[in-house]
Amino acid sequence: MSISQPPTSGQRTANKAFRLSTFAFAWLSVALVVYIVCMITWEAIPAFREHGLGFITGTTWDANTGEYGILPEIWGTLYSSLLALLIGTVFGVSVAIFLTEGFLSGGVFALLKAVHLQYHPLWGRLPEQLEHLLKNLVELLAAIPSVVYGLWGIFVVIPMIRPVANYLHEALGWFPAFGTPLSGPGLLPASLVLAIMILPTIAAISRDALNAVPNKLREAAYGMAATRWEAILYVILPTSATGLFGAVVLAFGRALGETMALAMLVGNANVISVSLFSPANTLAALLANNFPEAGQKEVGVLMYAALVLLAITLIVNIIGAAILQRASKNLEEVR
Amino acid sequence: MSANIHPSAPSTPTPDTRHLEKSLRNKQSLFSFAMSAVVGILTLLALVPLFSVVLMLFYRGGKSLSFALFYELPPGPMQEGGGFGNAILGTVIMVGIAAAIAVPMGVLAALFLAETAPDSRLAKTVRFCGKVLTGFPSILAGVFAYGAVVLLTGGFSAVAGGVALSILMLPTVMLTAEEALRMVPRKMKEAAIGMGATDFQCVWMVLLPTSLPGILTGVMLAVARAAGETAPLLFTALFSNYWISAGGNVELMQPTASLAVLIYNFSGVPFQNQVELAWAAALVLVLLVLTANLIGQAISRRRID
Amino acid sequence: MTNAETMESTTTNTPQHDVVIECDIRELYYGNFKAVRDTYVPIHKGAITAFIGPSGCGKSTVLRCLNRMNDLVRGFRFEGRVNFLGRDIYDPAIDPVAIRRHIGMVFQQPNPFSMSIFNNVAFGLKLNRFKGNKEERVEMALRGAALWDEVKDKLHKSGLSLSGGQQQRLCIARAIATEPEVLLMDEPCSALDPIATRKVEELMLELKEKYTIAIVTHNLQQAQRVADKTGFLYVDTTEGSRTGYLVEFGDSDRLFEAPQEKYTQDYIRGEFS
Ligand SMILES: Nc1ncnc2c1ncn2[C@@H]1O[C@H](COP(=O)(O)OP(=O)(O)OP(=O)(O)O)[C@@H](O)[C@H]1O
Ligand SMILES: [Mg+2]
Repeated sequence: MSISQPPTSGQRTANKAFRLSTFAFAWLSVALVVYIVCMITWEAIPAFREHGLGFITGTTWDANTGEYGILPEIWGTLYSSLLALLIGTVFGVSVAIFLTEGFLSGGVFALLKAVHLQYHPLWGRLPEQLEHLLKNLVELLAAIPSVVYGLWGIFVVIPMIRPVANYLHEALGWFPAFGTPLSGPGLLPASLVLAIMILPTIAAISRDALNAVPNKLREAAYGMAATRWEAILYVILPTSATGLFGAVVLAFGRALGETMALAMLVGNANVISVSLFSPANTLAALLANNFPEAGQKEVGVLMYAALVLLAITLIVNIIGAAILQRASKNLEEVR
Repeated sequence: MSANIHPSAPSTPTPDTRHLEKSLRNKQSLFSFAMSAVVGILTLLALVPLFSVVLMLFYRGGKSLSFALFYELPPGPMQEGGGFGNAILGTVIMVGIAAAIAVPMGVLAALFLAETAPDSRLAKTVRFCGKVLTGFPSILAGVFAYGAVVLLTGGFSAVAGGVALSILMLPTVMLTAEEALRMVPRKMKEAAIGMGATDFQCVWMVLLPTSLPGILTGVMLAVARAAGETAPLLFTALFSNYWISAGGNVELMQPTASLAVLIYNFSGVPFQNQVELAWAAALVLVLLVLTANLIGQAISRRRID
Repeated sequence: MTNAETMESTTTNTPQHDVVIECDIRELYYGNFKAVRDTYVPIHKGAITAFIGPSGCGKSTVLRCLNRMNDLVRGFRFEGRVNFLGRDIYDPAIDPVAIRRHIGMVFQQPNPFSMSIFNNVAFGLKLNRFKGNKEERVEMALRGAALWDEVKDKLHKSGLSLSGGQQQRLCIARAIATEPEVLLMDEPCSALDPIATRKVEELMLELKEKYTIAIVTHNLQQAQRVADKTGFLYVDTTEGSRTGYLVEFGDSDRLFEAPQEKYTQDYIRGEFS
């Protein structure tokens, strides 16, 4: 008798069940996203009927009078995110350049060479190891929970920048950005911490973008007698510009939705101010602060605010992903 | 013939070669040098927060770290002592619930993406949804769980918290599992299929065991992220000063404490003891998250060997 | 023996001051790997010098030595000297960037930047802070590279939209736009079809009126067609490693007609038969 047999009916059923269940779960994950969007929209509809688009331009939030508006939160969200983005981009792209263009490993190699250890079996691996370590350290920044950053912000960042901020206010108070003193929480400390939180995102995606620039372009630039920075500024950065831009947009999406650091540091004040030191509020922080104790009425309004946040972050994220896709297509051409 | 662009040396027997020499007076060299310095300094500065956070955690959190923290309940205002035993348990339970939802769902969806129909329209939609969820603000996961669980069941609960966290875990699990499944060499799969294995047998006996380390790495990364999340728990699990179990049986439908929310609550109070506890909890939370991260990386490193 | 041979050919044929670059490599390392040894080559003004030899013998390495492109390779170490205008370019006081302004390079793979054709050619002008008429310069360079007629209507299209052969000529135009004294070309035709190769060869013969050219090629016929001087490099495997060195150097006619070294004879005969 042969060992080989056609699959038993049990095996056939198991196979069918398996295929069906993967199919079902694939659908389920799509349905989940649709459900999330629909549910938030559905819950927001009553509040939308009541407050209409005036909700977005209103500036008061008062549960007693039933007057609701989120303009200060939208302003605070955009202000803090853009400020954080500015700081995070400068640092994140610097880190990416520092890691990809061989500054660290080249420098360490030169140092080792000075003491003739560059080919030592142990010391000789130092340049690569340090580069790896630095990359991991930057990634570690992303692993720390945001609530821990918030705690750190309250007890380290705010006390540290307060004297500087208040000095700036006193000396240059006529300048709108320094228009108020920093009494504690405020836009600047919140944005600083937010910048730290998005830095790893920018650094990681920018690093990929810079690494994707083919080496032959670097050679071409150096062969044309470009200095290192001429090569970076005229060739490497322009070639990877789309990818860098995608990194910035995705980081912007992260910043818009980040909650805890802002809820803890921004001051939760319903004001619109251009001052860096003024307390403010953001959409995510509004949700975090008001949801736990919200009455039935307020939940509807908060759902409306959540819908606005959802719409903004969704659009920004989709744009960011589309840009990155374009970037990888562009680079294929160069190769 | 037109003039040379750069000052070129005449072909006399001893041409002047000073223009070939390095000099910081040369504008371009100076600029290059300055830019390198700026980038180096900015990179160093970017690491300052990391060291500052770690230092503060060990300094302030380590100071009040004691064994009692791990089994005592949170203290009230003005109270001395206390701990966060219930918060650790709550975090573990909620992350467990989240994993119980996200891992099977993510892995099965990943099997669909990598095996059943990799190039179908549905697969593209699923991947798109995965990407959307990756950038999904964590607070909105909380809003969703509030609407879908809290409003429905009529109260804050560990289950609601777990559901919120599972939404944040799902994309990580799914996308890394797909990648891990795709890394399995084709010839292995073909060998199994060629011997007459059904798709399911092939997946179960070849594909999953081979890609298990990769899948586990994704799971650990997702767990690490979920353990540190605060925003989705604020108004789904809320907080509680008591143990989640009452008289032996675990109560999953009660408000539940978590480390992250404890840190948030205690960070804003004027009571010294609670603030110190927040720092200690932060240290424990960071160690927990880093351990999960390290385990994930260790697993993926073994796979490479 | 090799050195004696090369010295003889330089002294008999040309006066010494006609040598633009005098390259004397005693030992050259990548990390701990000795890639080239004992190679003495004079590059003569207004002539085309070709390097031939089997793959991996260090032709590219020698060529990249001449404008310090190897400085980009970490672990590169060099003993010997390369004189340009009577000055050792490996002197610590020398700026490698300044050297590359005078000694340009064209690479094996066409590598235009992802910018317009015009900006590709004007790149070197930008680096040199050129203040004059850029349009005129770019046109001159493109004409010099025999590409003008093909691209004059689409100067603002991306350099990547060109064909491989056009891209390579674009790279040549880019290199000659700043009028360097010397042009180094590393297998410039290896990515091209025979017709494009022809064009680039004709171009080289035209360019040598104004520029000194050094070229690496795998194609012996090409070396014979265009080069005035030819150097043959070979890999020495006797020491257990693969170290390249110069076996023979001299006028191309003589080297191809009557090679004096056995290795050269074998290599040339093997290639032609
Ligand atoms: N960047 C580098 N790092 C380490 N070793 C290198 C590097 N470039 C070249 N080598 C080594 O130096 C030797 C000479 O290489 P080179 O590229 O000069 O050869 P080649 O004669 O140009 O060969 P081909 O004809 O294939 O281009 C080879 O053994 C090669 O492995
Ligand atoms: Mg070569």
